[in-house]
Amino acid sequence: MKTMYFTEAVDDALAQAMGDDSRIILLGEDVPMLRRNLLVRFGPKRVRGTPISESAFLGAGVAAAMAGLRPVVELYMVDFLGVAMDALLNHAAKLEAFSGGKWTAPVVVRAPCGGGYGDGGQHEQTLWGWLAHIPGLAVVVPSTPADAGGLMLAALEHDGPVVFLEHKLLSESYLEFLGSGGRRTVQYDVPAEGARGPVPNRWKALPLGKAVLRREGNDVALVSVGVGVHRALEAAEILGKEGISAAVLDLRTVSPLDKTALSEIVAQTGHLLVVDEDYEGFGLSGELAAVVMEAGIPVRYARACTQTTIPYARSMEDQTIPNVERIRTAVKRLLQPAMESFTGRDGV
Amino acid sequence: MLGAHYNLSDKAMSVDLWSLYALMKRSRLFEEAVTELWKEGLISGEMHLGTGEEAIVAGVVSQLRPGDAMALDHRGTSAFLMRGVDPVLLLREMLGRPDGLCGGRGGHMHLLSREHLAASSGIVGAEGPTAIGFALAAQYLRPGAIAVAFFGDGAMNQGMLMESMNLAALWNLPVLFVCKDDGWAITTQPGTSTSGDMGDRVRGLGVHYMDVDGLDVEQVWQAAHQAIERARAGKEPTLLHVRCVHLEGHSLGLVLLRIARNPLGELPGIAGPLIRSFLRPGGGSLRERLAGVRLVLSAILATLRDPRRYSTNDPVVRVQTALKSDPARLKELDNRLEVEIAAALAAALQEAAA
Repeated sequence: MKTMYFTEAVDDALAQAMGDDSRIILLGEDVPMLRRNLLVRFGPKRVRGTPISESAFLGAGVAAAMAGLRPVVELYMVDFLGVAMDALLNHAAKLEAFSGGKWTAPVVVRAPCGGGYGDGGQHEQTLWGWLAHIPGLAVVVPSTPADAGGLMLAALEHDGPVVFLEHKLLSESYLEFLGSGGRRTVQYDVPAEGARGPVPNRWKALPLGKAVLRREGNDVALVSVGVGVHRALEAAEILGKEGISAAVLDLRTVSPLDKTALSEIVAQTGHLLVVDEDYEGFGLSGELAAVVMEAGIPVRYARACTQTTIPYARSMEDQTIPNVERIRTAVKRLLQPAMESFTGRDGV
Repeated sequence: MLGAHYNLSDKAMSVDLWSLYALMKRSRLFEEAVTELWKEGLISGEMHLGTGEEAIVAGVVSQLRPGDAMALDHRGTSAFLMRGVDPVLLLREMLGRPDGLCGGRGGHMHLLSREHLAASSGIVGAEGPTAIGFALAAQYLRPGAIAVAFFGDGAMNQGMLMESMNLAALWNLPVLFVCKDDGWAITTQPGTSTSGDMGDRVRGLGVHYMDVDGLDVEQVWQAAHQAIERARAGKEPTLLHVRCVHLEGHSLGLVLLRIARNPLGELPGIAGPLIRSFLRPGGGSLRERLAGVRLVLSAILATLRDPRRYSTNDPVVRVQTALKSDPARLKELDNRLEVEIAAALAAALQEAAA
C-alpha cells in the first residue's frame, strides 16, 4: 500500500481536488514556497502568496467563497488567527444564519497548530475549543495522513467554513521549518504512525463529525484529537500491560462532534478520560463531560489537558502538554474507588 | 545609566563611533554564541537573529534614556542587549532555564523586561499598537520620554501597524517607528507583497518619513537623533525606513539560505518532488506551470545572488574598517568584548549543567 507523510497527504488530496474543481484556489503567506509542488502544477493564479495582512486576506477568502470560489486560506500558525478573527467569528460563521440559510461561505482555513518543539506559547497553541465554540464553524483535527487527506477533501466539499488544523509534530515540513532547520542535534517526540502512514490511491472525502475507535477497551475510554490520540494510544499500550483495558476514541473533528460514538464508548466503559492538548478551561474537555451528562450516562470522568500558557523551555513544555505518563497516572486515579479521586483532575 | 559603560552620552551631537561599534560588536558576538547553542540543539525551536541589523538597533537604542520604552518583534535580542539587559539572563532564557530573564517561559521571541519597559512579540505588526500605548502612557506619566517600535518590512502590510501610525500622528504621540527592511518576508519578496511607495504611504498618514542606509551606523544615528528630538519635543512621529541585510535570513536553518550555501546537498531533495509535480497530468496549462516554476526559481536565484557574500553588506565590518586607523585600540576593544561574551556563555552553560 502507498504511504505518505502527513503534510504530503494533505497536499496530495488538495491537488486531486484542485484538478477536479477549478474554483479551488490557495492563498496565504509564503504559500508559493510552502506549496511549491502545487504551484508548479497549477500555476500562480491558483497558488497565490499574500502579504502579512491576515485580516485582509482571510476576510477576502471568506467573501470570495461567498461569491463562488472555493478558497483554501493558509495561516502560518493558528495562533496568528488572533489578528484576523473577525473574518471567521463575525462573518464566515454568521452568514448562513443571517441569510436565513440562503448563503454560505465554503472557505477552508488551513493552519498548523500545536506544540512539542520549543517555540513558546504564542506559536504552539491548538485553539480548537475556542474555534469550535462558535456556531457555524467546522473544526477538523486529523491524526493520521489518511485522515488528513480524506478530511481535507471533506472540508473542500463542505458548504460552510472549515478550520483545518495540521499538528506541527505530525507535519514533516513544518517541523523541519520551525524546529530542526537542517539540524540533527534536536529530538522531537513525533508519533510515527501519525507522521507517516498508508493512504488510498485515490482520495475520498471522509465524513465530518465521524469519530473512529483506534483501540478497543472495556475499563476506560481515552478520547482525544490530533497528537493526543497517539499519546493516548501509547498510554493504553502501557496500561494494557498493567491489566487495564483502555479504549481510544479519535474524534477527528471537534465540530461537528460525534456525540453518538462518544456516548457509546463511555456507556461501555463507564470511565472517561479526555486527553486534550488545548486549554483545559471552557473547552473540548468540558464539552465532552456535558455531552455525556446530557445523555444521562453514568460516568466517572477526568481530563489531562493544557492548563497554562505553554512555556518556552522544552522541559517545562513537556510537562504542560498532556504526556503519556500524565495520561497513565490519570487513568489509574480514575479507576481507583470513588472517594479517593474526588477532584477528577489529573493532578499535576 | 544605560549605555554608560561605553561612555555614550545622549547629549552628544557628534557620533561616537567607538561606542556604537562596541554595542554592535558585542551584539554580534552574543548572537554568534546563540547560533552555536542552536546548532548544538540546546535551543529547540526557531531562532531569529538580528545579525546584519546591528547598526540600526545601535543607532537608535544608544540614544534612549531611562523611561523610554521599546516595542520589539521576534528579533529583539540585540535591542535587549544594547539597552543594558544582562547577557547571562538572556542566554539562560534561551536555554530555557528557570533563572532566565523570563523564567525560561518566554524564549527569544517573547523577551520581556518590565524595568526597561521593553516588550517583544512574535506577532508581526504587534509592535505598532504596543509602541503607541507606551507612548500614550509616557504623555501622561513620563513627559519627554518616547517609545520605539522595531519591525520588519513585512509588517508594513499589517493593518494594526498602519492603524497605529494613524493614531500616533493623530494624537501626536512621542513614538519612533523603525522599519528594518531586508527585502524579505521569510521567503516572500516585496515585489510580490507590497504595493506603492512606503514613504508615500506613511506620509499620507501624517508620519514623518526618513529613508536611511542601515549599513551605515553613523547615518542611522544621525537620523534617529533628529527623529527622537522631534518626538521628545512633541512634534509628529517619524518612520525610519532603514535597509539592511539579515546575515542569517528570517531564521537559522532557513531552507533558502541552506540552498544558497549548499546547493548540491539541498537542491535534489527539493527538485525531485517539484519535477514530478510539474509533470503530473491534470492541472494548469504549460504556460501556468512555467509561471509557477519561474516564481520558485526567482526566490532561489535571489538567494543565490546572496548579498551576504560581500562584507560591505555587514555593518559591523563597515565600522571596523572605519576604526582601523587605531588598530591597537580596536584590538583591545575586540578582545575585551570577546572575553565578556565568552564569560557570559560559560556562566550560563556552567550553571545550566549544575
